[in-house]
Amino acid sequence: MAQIFHYSANNVAKLTIVAAVVLAGVAGFVYTQVARSSYLTGRYVEKQQPVQFSHKHHSGDDGIDCRYCHTAVETSSSAGMPPTQTCMNCHSQIWADSPYLEPVRASYRENKPIEWERVHDLPEYVYFNHSIHIAKGVGCSTCHGQIDNMPAVYQENTLQMEWCLQCHREPEKYIRPKSEIYNIQWNGGDLTAEERLNLKADYRIRNEQMMTSCSTCHR
Amino acid sequence: MQNAEDLKAIQRRLQPPMVEGEHTFATVSDKISDLTLKKKTPFHWFIGFGIAFLVAQTLLFTVVYLVTTGIGIWGNNQPIGWAFDIINFVWWIGIGHAGTLISAILLLLNQKWRTSINRFAEAMTLFAVACAGLFPLLHTGRPWLAYWLFPYPNTMGMWPQFRSPLMWDVFAVSTYATVSALFWYVGLIPDLATLRDRAKNKYFRIVYGLLAMGWRGSARHWHRYEVAYLLLAGLSTPLVLSVHSIVSFDFSVAQLPGWHATIFPPYFVAGAVFAGFAMVLILCIPLRRVYKMQDFITHTHLVYMAKVMLATGLIVVYGYAMEGFFGWYSANEYEYFMIKNRIWEGPYWWFYWLLILCNGMSIQLLWFKRFRESEFWLFVIAVIVSIGMWLERFVIIVTSLHRDFLPSSWAMYRPTVFDWSMFVGTLGFFFTLIYLFVRFVPIISIFEVRTLLPQANVHGHQQEFDENVLEADDAHAKK
Repeated sequence: MAQIFHYSANNVAKLTIVAAVVLAGVAGFVYTQVARSSYLTGRYVEKQQPVQFSHKHHSGDDGIDCRYCHTAVETSSSAGMPPTQTCMNCHSQIWADSPYLEPVRASYRENKPIEWERVHDLPEYVYFNHSIHIAKGVGCSTCHGQIDNMPAVYQENTLQMEWCLQCHREPEKYIRPKSEIYNIQWNGGDLTAEERLNLKADYRIRNEQMMTSCSTCHR
Repeated sequence: MQNAEDLKAIQRRLQPPMVEGEHTFATVSDKISDLTLKKKTPFHWFIGFGIAFLVAQTLLFTVVYLVTTGIGIWGNNQPIGWAFDIINFVWWIGIGHAGTLISAILLLLNQKWRTSINRFAEAMTLFAVACAGLFPLLHTGRPWLAYWLFPYPNTMGMWPQFRSPLMWDVFAVSTYATVSALFWYVGLIPDLATLRDRAKNKYFRIVYGLLAMGWRGSARHWHRYEVAYLLLAGLSTPLVLSVHSIVSFDFSVAQLPGWHATIFPPYFVAGAVFAGFAMVLILCIPLRRVYKMQDFITHTHLVYMAKVMLATGLIVVYGYAMEGFFGWYSANEYEYFMIKNRIWEGPYWWFYWLLILCNGMSIQLLWFKRFRESEFWLFVIAVIVSIGMWLERFVIIVTSLHRDFLPSSWAMYRPTVFDWSMFVGTLGFFFTLIYLFVRFVPIISIFEVRTLLPQANVHGHQQEFDENVLEADDAHAKK
């Protein structure tokens, strides 16, 4: 009776042991990369809007304060999207005939809100509140990045839970003085570690257990 | 001085042979490997497999409906957050325990009688663990996210809650499943090689050949095999105790009266071995008959298993007694209320007494030789014990939960049709796997049974034993 397997099968068998270990390692590494990729998180992907509105122009070049449009950011869970009337405060006077602004004028005429595309879409099971973050010293740019440099807004961060927890675990690394909250250019200043901890104490930010408790964000 | 006949009878009584009939190495191999390699699959196999496979379809249906709809199709809801899902999980996990006990602890204790039952007891363990795992997996509601239970560098920036017994369960059960599978497979390798060498069909030879991983039976192979098998036995031994201890922590670490008891770990482990041996008996009594394996799974085996069942059953009964005692002796009104509610005042009182009847009373018959030595009665008692062990988990889980601390939330539990279809479905799944196992894998370890033959031990203990018996007999005569 002939042999069922060629003698090279022995080496193939030994190779599979090495291959299994290597493959498992590679698969694990690929997983950690893919799970954080912009393909899955939407990070850095520019969203096209119904109006070619540029934050770079309005915020960066013109220096309009964030709160001029996002009026509810200090008092509400949502920062608030401006009504068309806010646009028309200026654009009934300047660029009033621009074809780019026709959708805005149409919205104003017909009393129908512009349907903006949501850029930062948190899952429904997360209880997120803008006002508490503002009140505790988290600046706009900490989460949203250099908005004043974005012609079309994109998501600066992954919005994954590990990203949220980074700050909830060590808020002193990310907070800034009250005067700098809306300063998109703020580069962290040159606060010492002690000053940062003092800031945290002044803001009365709770301890890590409280900040990372399940029900702080999932209610 | 006795004559040779009497000597044989004494010897048989003191050290019953583990292989009956006139067998040689070759007939053992023939008889067991023929089950797998015989060309024709017996007709009764198709009937049994067909029924089991059909019943398994209810599991498939229930799981599909469950996953697409949600676990609301089950009857458990506040305050009875755990019901059939955890009852069945604990029941199946418990059944698996006999396999590990037989393969590991009895091996280390040098109990020769394990040899002819360990293979299918281990298979039973694997299949029972597979059934058990389904329940908590599906209870998560989103089984595709079940990998969240494992600690891995996830994007949530969180580790699982290591202080939770449910987390320990994940490690205990997955370790248990892995080690059991390895132990079973390593023990199979020499037999798979036998099948490879005996198979006539080319594809069988390739498949068994791949699985045998180049086993040639050289002295070096055997040396390594023995070391590996012993190491795995050493690894599995603590698992027998740890797995069900940890399963019992799911309850005893909680503060609910009826769960929060220190006796739980040993009481659960004994219950698991008890249930496991009942299931081994349920499987091996018909199996040895249908496949005419009485020579290898002898009468002595059944009696030994009955004795283990009696011993572990008595430990379990002691556990029931202690639960009642704690309820009274603790002088804690909540504990005492739980005991009263469970045993005579509550709506589920008859479950408790049914449980005592099944697990406490029925096994008392095993004290008597007449019942212990009757295949029929052993089978009946084993089935009753299996039902009793299921009832035990029902009593512990449901009657403790349905009267919790807040009387306004008290409720009754009623299983829905999907609770039942899932449970019955796992039974079908279990027996489907058993049928496949019986058809494609040698159900008894061929090479280990060969070592039980007198031929394997020509100059060994047999002679020593004869001398001891003679000496004892002479001493007796002198008196």
